[in-house]
Amino acid sequence: MQLALEVGQTAQPEAIMFWILGPMAVVAALGMLLVKKAVHSAILMAFVMVVLAIFYIAQDAVFLGIVQVVVYTGAVMMLFLFILMLVGVDSSDSLTETIAGLRPIAITAAVGFGGLMVSLLGRATLGRQAIGLSAANADGNVQGIAKELFSTYVFPFEVVSALLITAAMGAMVLAHHQRTTVRPTQRQLSINRFRGESLGSAAGLPGPGVYARHNAVDVPALLPDGTPAPTSVNASLEARGDMLDYKSFDLAEVNTQIEEEK
Amino acid sequence: MNAANYLYISALLFTIGAVGVVVRRNAIVVFMCIELMLNAANLSFVTFSRINGDLDGQVMAFFTMVVAACEVVVGLAIIVTIYRSRRSASVDDASLLKR
Repeated sequence: MQLALEVGQTAQPEAIMFWILGPMAVVAALGMLLVKKAVHSAILMAFVMVVLAIFYIAQDAVFLGIVQVVVYTGAVMMLFLFILMLVGVDSSDSLTETIAGLRPIAITAAVGFGGLMVSLLGRATLGRQAIGLSAANADGNVQGIAKELFSTYVFPFEVVSALLITAAMGAMVLAHHQRTTVRPTQRQLSINRFRGESLGSAAGLPGPGVYARHNAVDVPALLPDGTPAPTSVNASLEARGDMLDYKSFDLAEVNTQIEEEK
Repeated sequence: MNAANYLYISALLFTIGAVGVVVRRNAIVVFMCIELMLNAANLSFVTFSRINGDLDGQVMAFFTMVVAACEVVVGLAIIVTIYRSRRSASVDDASLLKR
């Protein structure tokens, strides 16, 4: 049995680079699955993409390496992070299993699939040496790709441009938000506050940190009777778990004696 | 080392991405795992381009990148739309058709 695509040895520096960066990329990809917060997943993903860009450049695909950095780590990951910030943090970040037995089945299937792929690659033979791209890149990598793109692949290229425009249009249509109700004016909001159930928030909700021991956004304000007001802290801070435990700010008793002594 | 090692790493990354799509619940992380699978396929294209000594594989990888960019734009717009109406980015919560 002929083993593993005897397709020519690569130069020693490339081997060193591969054996350092390759395992790091795999570990980062595994970390993507295991970390809890989506932002950490995004950063690990960006790392994997940079490693892939280096792999492309090492394999004489200079143009694709640069495009990978610009398009993926630049534009796509930026878009991901932007949406992450927009959507915020919610229960979907937890790693609890919602469908019973899904995880063992998924891992078994993955080991089977991965094993199949690897053993397939191990048994495959290309029957010839690796040719390398020095001949194809003789006029330069960008020029070579341009020649292919605008001759053989010119029709797919046009189709892809239509796809890009359609995607942009689709995103605009999806993101377009039409108001179904009239936007309440400041006057209307004020009237609603006074005609509500109670006058508790008639003067607006308290700001965080008011009368508390720390003046910070994650510390709830203290009401005049010394109890903390959880409504004063932004709800998203609470959901993210960044709010300090407001019970520790509860004053045991309000010292009213000072006034009387005067 | 021979060039086939890149193919092995591509297979590993693809498998990891596939597991992520099944296992994770956050729609954005699921989406990133799909991107990982596309990137793994791209690495295969570039490696085969080098093995075969022509640039067709690289052109294919280029097209994959364009399609992936389109997919990200539309997919993230869908996630934002779902989040707007359901206040959740979990793939388990969007189960209105099941009930």
